[in-house]
Amino acid sequence: MTGLQDCRSREKLVVVGAGMAATRFVEELTNRALGRYDILVIGDEPRLAYNRVLLSSVLAGELSVDDIELKPRQWWRAAGVEVLSGCKVIKINAASRRLLLDNGESVDYSKVALATGSRAARLPIEGADLPGVHVFRDVRDVEALSRLGKEMRALVIGGGLLGLEAAYGLARRGVDVTLAHVMDRLMERQLDAAGADILRLLVEEKGVRVLLNANATRISGSGRVENVEFADGQTIPADAVIFAVGIQPNAELARQAGLDVGRGVKVDDGLKTSEPGVFAIGECAEHRGVCYGLVEPAYEQGRVLAMRLAGQDASYGGSVVSTNLKVSGVRVFSAGDYLGEGDARRIVCKDPRMGLYRKLVERDDRLVGAILVGDTNGAANVLDLIRSGADISSMRDELMFGAPMQEAA
Amino acid sequence: MLDEVLAPAPQENLQERAPSIQAAATRSTCPYCGVGCGVLASANGADVIGDPTHPANFGRLCSKGSALGETLGLEGRLLYPMRRQSDGAFARASWDTALDQAADGFRRIVDQHGPDAVAVYLSGQLLTEDYYVANKLMKGFIGSANVDTNSRLCMASTVAGHKRAFGADAVPGCYEDLDEADLIVLVGSNAAWCHPILFQRIMRNKEERGAKLVVIDTRRTPTAESADLFLQIRPGADQALFCGLLVYLAKLGAFDTDYIGRHTAGLERSLKAARSLAPSIEATAASTGLREVDIASFFGWFAQTPRTVTAFSQGVNQSAQGTDKVNAIINCHLATGRVGKSGASPFSLTGQPNAMGGREVGGLANSLAAHMGFEPAYIDRVRRFWNAPRMATREGLKAVQMFDAIARGDIKALWVVGTNPAASLPNANAARAALSKLELFIVSDNVTSNDTINSGAHLLLPAQAWGEKSGAVTNSERRISRQRAFMPAPGETRADWAIFADVARRMGFAGFDYRSSADVFREHAALSAFENDGARAFDIGGLARLSDAEYDALEPTQWPIRDGDGKGRARLFADGAFFSQGGRATFIAPATPTLATTLTKDFPLRLNTGRIRDQWHTMTRTGASPRLARHLPEPFVEINPSDAERCAVEDGGFARIATPYGSCVLRAVATDRQPAGHVFAPIHWTDETAEDARIGALVAPFVDPFSGQPESKATPAIVTPLRFARQGFLLSRGSITLPDGVWWARVAVGNGYGYRVAGDLSDDGWTDVIRAAATSEDVIQLIDETKSLLSGAAFVGERAALIWALAPVSPSWDLALELFARDRLDQSARLSLLSGRSGRQLTDDGPLVCSCFSVGQKKIEAAIQQGCRSALDVGKATRAGTNCGSCRPEIQRLIKVSLAAESAMDSAREDQTSMKEGASDETVGF
Repeated sequence: MTGLQDCRSREKLVVVGAGMAATRFVEELTNRALGRYDILVIGDEPRLAYNRVLLSSVLAGELSVDDIELKPRQWWRAAGVEVLSGCKVIKINAASRRLLLDNGESVDYSKVALATGSRAARLPIEGADLPGVHVFRDVRDVEALSRLGKEMRALVIGGGLLGLEAAYGLARRGVDVTLAHVMDRLMERQLDAAGADILRLLVEEKGVRVLLNANATRISGSGRVENVEFADGQTIPADAVIFAVGIQPNAELARQAGLDVGRGVKVDDGLKTSEPGVFAIGECAEHRGVCYGLVEPAYEQGRVLAMRLAGQDASYGGSVVSTNLKVSGVRVFSAGDYLGEGDARRIVCKDPRMGLYRKLVERDDRLVGAILVGDTNGAANVLDLIRSGADISSMRDELMFGAPMQEAA
Repeated sequence: MLDEVLAPAPQENLQERAPSIQAAATRSTCPYCGVGCGVLASANGADVIGDPTHPANFGRLCSKGSALGETLGLEGRLLYPMRRQSDGAFARASWDTALDQAADGFRRIVDQHGPDAVAVYLSGQLLTEDYYVANKLMKGFIGSANVDTNSRLCMASTVAGHKRAFGADAVPGCYEDLDEADLIVLVGSNAAWCHPILFQRIMRNKEERGAKLVVIDTRRTPTAESADLFLQIRPGADQALFCGLLVYLAKLGAFDTDYIGRHTAGLERSLKAARSLAPSIEATAASTGLREVDIASFFGWFAQTPRTVTAFSQGVNQSAQGTDKVNAIINCHLATGRVGKSGASPFSLTGQPNAMGGREVGGLANSLAAHMGFEPAYIDRVRRFWNAPRMATREGLKAVQMFDAIARGDIKALWVVGTNPAASLPNANAARAALSKLELFIVSDNVTSNDTINSGAHLLLPAQAWGEKSGAVTNSERRISRQRAFMPAPGETRADWAIFADVARRMGFAGFDYRSSADVFREHAALSAFENDGARAFDIGGLARLSDAEYDALEPTQWPIRDGDGKGRARLFADGAFFSQGGRATFIAPATPTLATTLTKDFPLRLNTGRIRDQWHTMTRTGASPRLARHLPEPFVEINPSDAERCAVEDGGFARIATPYGSCVLRAVATDRQPAGHVFAPIHWTDETAEDARIGALVAPFVDPFSGQPESKATPAIVTPLRFARQGFLLSRGSITLPDGVWWARVAVGNGYGYRVAGDLSDDGWTDVIRAAATSEDVIQLIDETKSLLSGAAFVGERAALIWALAPVSPSWDLALELFARDRLDQSARLSLLSGRSGRQLTDDGPLVCSCFSVGQKKIEAAIQQGCRSALDVGKATRAGTNCGSCRPEIQRLIKVSLAAESAMDSAREDQTSMKEGASDETVGF
């Protein structure tokens, strides 16, 4: 802790968690108020922050773990930030503004930002703890999954973003992958039936077998995973099972400290928790009843908190949830009221053979939701328009089909 | 569509294509209008161009003629005799069976009910030889003059007018007059669309010689747009105008008193009638609805211009006073001596390729044969010539009367040849109903289905079509040209003359043993000269002894060609020598102008009917050309904007047009080209090509008392608006059956059919239509609830097999047509079917790499070219990969690929350099 003593005059800010939210927050803050805070980042993973979004690329063998490091060590150093890796905060003493670490040490703080993220959930079914049952959350999970051999059969449970990423990554490694999803369509929280159908076709083209309406009820095997049984009676043999059934905010630390906690750590529009000096951002936070599981809201929260701590006016009003990712090698964008039921009006364009689906949802000439699969061109603009609520009546064709090329006069 | 609609017919330039096919080509004549242009056709008909040596067109062709090569396919062709079975379907029959059925049926009905219980209804598209044999069979052997033709609907008033004035149905002038006139007056003629090649001659005369053009029409047609003076006349008022002109010429002393005195009769009576009808310019203005100043200009020009041609067409003929109108025009030419002189003549522009040939044969109910009527001497002469057992001794029933007689049951057997009366006759629904009453109903045609065939025909006889058949036609300037075969006759199709001759022989008649069309032609020519001695205008005795080879090689020739007379005559009557008694032409006193019908509260508008530029009659042939379909693909009604407003009809919307006879649904075009109070609809669509668009069903059946020609252009009508929830199009490889309640019109498009549709089907209803028509699961779709738009396409392989677009406002189909015609559509072309934009790429800067900031591959490659060597650098330069970062692997890959390519080039450069250095003495080529 020698470094800290040189800057005793500065206010001490501790960031608990060293993931994507923490990194973006620190970057935003040091850009705005370099040197104003004496910053310490404490992360329980034994490495510098990395881009979790790219873990499937690592699993697929397209990138190495080093490739996905968010910021090199020099960057942290240059920003004057101390990073404690492989170290876990086990207690917050809010009254004395002190954190207790799992190595027995403690750290005083003036302000603390919780960016503890979330962890992968498992289904509460028999056999969920058998050897060979995995989740897909961090580098350690990826390392474990990378050891699966080409001759092996993997069953991914969960047809959301994470499950698709895991299935795709494994398929790219040559693993025989089946993806089982309890709903009638993939990514139902981002896609409507038609969009999901096209995604399914594209995912199947990549070598992933997809089972829909597949409700896993039991994992069996003597000593390790051998079979997965489903509610409809079918049994799928598997050498590995990967749960990708959602995430659980890491809010225990805050709960123990007596902070208001729902699913996540409750924060206001200033990202303040119920405890003075304690803030929360990212997947561990619950803002207006919503826990986000995507990187974009975490970045927005990080930016708002950074601005506030830099003395600027800023307020977080919630995020228009959007997904804009390459899912299993397929571009998928989804935002806002992507179903567009009721009085909404929809514009839908699809070309299943070419793997293309574009849907815009509007109410009163204002864009309220969208799904883009295959070709996500214009997604940023679409998202801006959903957020701004601008009148789009004169630009529908452009939104759907892009800016027209110059036509011959 | 305004500009397009107004465009004059484009012309094909001969010079470009001629040399390539000229050598091996067959010389023939275009099968469309009465201009009778010469064409050169390659052996398979793939290439049809204008014949540079033909004096009608000197190599030029209009849009219709230029597209002939596209119309020669066998789709829908009648290839074998067919008999209707008890279940209503047609089944193939042998020629033997079919000819027996025809011959036995005619024989039985004649035996039971007399010769007038049978009739034949012919076509101006038949060859002269076909006409001749049919006419001979009926009038000389069966013994009835119930031989009429669709020319009745077209030119009959001119025939009657010519006969009354000249004593013969002879056109005095020739096409060169249009080149040489100083004033050309077009009356009731949209020549720019309907006789485009002649119109271009007129326009060239205007440009090169400064001739003036006056157009007299109720509509401001494309022809009118080119006029120096346009007289938008009230319908039916033409006699008043030309009577006013006669009075004016008399007043001015502009008569050619010498010509009148030596060659004419009846001027006084005619002038008196004219003075009572139109005593002054003021009175003429009152009768015609024209401005006095315009009338004065026209009269002044006419009076001052010796070289004046007055050319007229359906606007004059298709009238219950058509014959009087023709004579009112001819009166002015007789009075000024401007008949058959260079650049000075009245001139009828015929509508059909061989209406004139039919007239020469006498294939009309009110002619006997070869310009002879039913006077006993003529009957006797023809009997002797034909050695005929049973001559018709009186006029037969003209078209409208003929179908009335069928409806009454007086005519029990009908043979329709090469025409579609169930669509084209006035009151066509009544005509169709009449057909169903026939005991024997024979149709000779090229197609397996049309409105007439589908009106209960019992027997279908497959005839040869243009390009397969061989014979003679006569154009508007009395010029006989050869139509020659350049393709083999498909299936069991036969020449019409041969079919008639076979039936005649089977009925036991002698004199029908023709071996060839040349045989028939020689007999026809001989009859024209038989005991003629200059008494009859039509005399082609000079062609009666042509050898087969000479007949085959016959050059276009104008009649008369009397025996011993080497070549024909371009002009008639310049020196009188008319064919009426005493050799004088007759002035006719026309009746007071009036229309056959009156407007009522229920039918307050006048319905005019006519043609459009790129279609011909009921589209049997032109309808097969995708190119021609592009011009005006839908049946429409033109209505003055003030009437449209009063009727609550929207421009571009739909309207129901109803008359006391029938109704139809048409696209509404509000335009001031159309005068207030009058609407116009084209005649071309039938039940084959559209739902509920048969304009013939609306036309009143009132006829001219002299010619029997119906008044097709002035039926009282009412227009009411019609709105459909959606309209649009379907393009399909095959034909589609559309459900009841869907309005449609079908045209040929490249690779299939285009259906223009409108209807109130639900989304599911349209989806069912589309699903039924789609032949593939590979479907793309755009469903836009903001525009209530449904569009999409189904693909088979890389070709679109079905394309559709339906919306409240009719979507444009130009791009879809273009893409439908292609054999291979890539992804961007597939998408452009939905976007309606041509040439769009998925992303303009290459495949999208960064979704967050919409950065494409090309932009990233450009950044790498400019020195970016890491994803971070690229991010700084383009923002790509700086948000979610999920594209960074791709950016890195692009960097690797680019750098590898660069270093490869570098090393290649080094190699070259070292090579150069190492081999400095040698020449190294780069």
